[in-house]
Amino acid sequence: MIKLNSIVVKLKSKQLGVKKKERLINVIIFISLLVLSLLVLVPFAWMISSSLKFDAEVFTMPIEWLPRNPQWSNYLDIWRVIPLATFFKNTIILSVVVTLLQVFTSSFAAYGFSRMKFKGRDVLFLAYIGTIAVPWQTYMIPQFIMMRNFGLTDTLLALMLLQAFTAFGVFLMRQYYLGIPEELSEAARIDGLNEYGIYFRIILPLTKPALATLTILTFVSTWNDYMGPFIYLSSTELKTIQVGLRMFVGQFSAQYSLIMAASVTSIIPIAIVFLFCQKYFIEGIAASGVKG
Amino acid sequence: MRRKNTLIAWSFIAPNFIGFFIFTLVPIFASFLLAFMKWDAFSPPEFVGFANFIQMFQDESVRIAILNTIYYTAGNVPLTLVCSLGLALLLNKKIKGVAWFRAAIFFPFITSLVAVAVVWNMILHPTMGPVNYFLQSMGIQNPPGWTSSSDWAMPAVIITSVWRGMGYYMVLYLAGLQGIPKQLYEAAEIDGANSWHKFKSVTLPMLRPTTFFVTIMLTISSFKVFDLIQIMTEGGPGRSTNVLVYQIYTESFVKFDFGYASAIALVLFVLVLGITIVQFRLEKRYGE
Repeated sequence: MIKLNSIVVKLKSKQLGVKKKERLINVIIFISLLVLSLLVLVPFAWMISSSLKFDAEVFTMPIEWLPRNPQWSNYLDIWRVIPLATFFKNTIILSVVVTLLQVFTSSFAAYGFSRMKFKGRDVLFLAYIGTIAVPWQTYMIPQFIMMRNFGLTDTLLALMLLQAFTAFGVFLMRQYYLGIPEELSEAARIDGLNEYGIYFRIILPLTKPALATLTILTFVSTWNDYMGPFIYLSSTELKTIQVGLRMFVGQFSAQYSLIMAASVTSIIPIAIVFLFCQKYFIEGIAASGVKG
Repeated sequence: MRRKNTLIAWSFIAPNFIGFFIFTLVPIFASFLLAFMKWDAFSPPEFVGFANFIQMFQDESVRIAILNTIYYTAGNVPLTLVCSLGLALLLNKKIKGVAWFRAAIFFPFITSLVAVAVVWNMILHPTMGPVNYFLQSMGIQNPPGWTSSSDWAMPAVIITSVWRGMGYYMVLYLAGLQGIPKQLYEAAEIDGANSWHKFKSVTLPMLRPTTFFVTIMLTISSFKVFDLIQIMTEGGPGRSTNVLVYQIYTESFVKFDFGYASAIALVLFVLVLGITIVQFRLEKRYGE
């Protein structure tokens, strides 16, 4: 009995030891994560800090993380020095139109591909998926020539048409639709709903999370797109924030603090979207990745 | 009835398909034709057979561009892979603040590329930047010249790219890690496995599909790199960071040699496709 007791005590103390060790490991992981995420964010801190300095102060070493005399006026000056408001307006128009078109037509088409049977459906879908594997850079030239023939180079419309009808959206939505039981549609058909009714009344409300994911992914990728606007938009008054900022950097390469202020400003809208929709972002990427 | 059904189905697909057909499918087929033509955008196109491809084999710029693309890929893919896996392993624990750490590490991926590239260019400034200041204070006499040196420009681009991309692939790895059944670890513990054994014989093999997917995605995106190069180095100094897509861009939108540029673009497509097929084959062979 005594022996048994001592074994129990030994076991318990061993368990306690394991728990202690586990806690220690967790503390180490916590600290290393803290250090790593701070390291990842350091360039942003430097960006913000530099944006509040005089040009001459930006590169003084050692780094002064908190500017002694913060130049908030930099954030007013950039709106005068470059047409930042126009750049923002163009980017918002482009991103909103592309996102609306993309989400609506993709979700609509995905219904046809997943809920309806017709001849040639699978071949057609394969053609859609196949194009995802083709890098955009291999067919951007014929696209550009086509747009030039339509007289649409140097317009936002060209970029809208190019980015609104991608296969990726159809693919993502179809993945979600396949998870919705077919019986739901069957029941609705018996109740006399036609296909459009089923789509609008049943499928659309059920796929809200997928719609949110596609909305955010499309919006952010259009907002951040560089090469498309870089090739198509040559007039300053049509430029998006990305190519506009790039132009500004090229022109005022020595005005470091203004460049940093403009950079911070260009990030803020996306940072806000990210803060509120983080969940959809990360789930959407995980879903499209794992299922893909 | 069936006919009516087909009609209804098409009415669903049409709004997307019409745009997709005109602006994606037609240009894809046109790009194959264009690769066999001489076209400077002003005079009418002329069929030249394989002339573009013959010219390409003798073109030193194209050869350098391909080598640079491979260099970038060889640096970017393994580094991003290791960093994202390491971060995912750390973040796959139930610790306070995990959501915040995950968000912080993911954040660079969604921020505007221009802002990020510009700030890294300044951080890596050869004479005034904080990184070289730090290296000098550590006793390194001749710190790298980064984007102003033809030897260090590519590493500078790769560092920025790894920093920006690792959060995205970390999310994919986290999804993969969460798919591993807990029982496997419990079974390994009963067999007396320590953490390293568990990682080697449970985690890594179970993550194979994720690693495979991440490698393909990373390789393809590395082959398509353009934005970062355009903003940080414009292909320079000299031709030291002139990658394939940058070459395509120069030939088409600077020199307006659309046919020749399309031929190089076709090579890009074949390379990307070839790598994907090889990786699929390897996965199949070693998968079982």
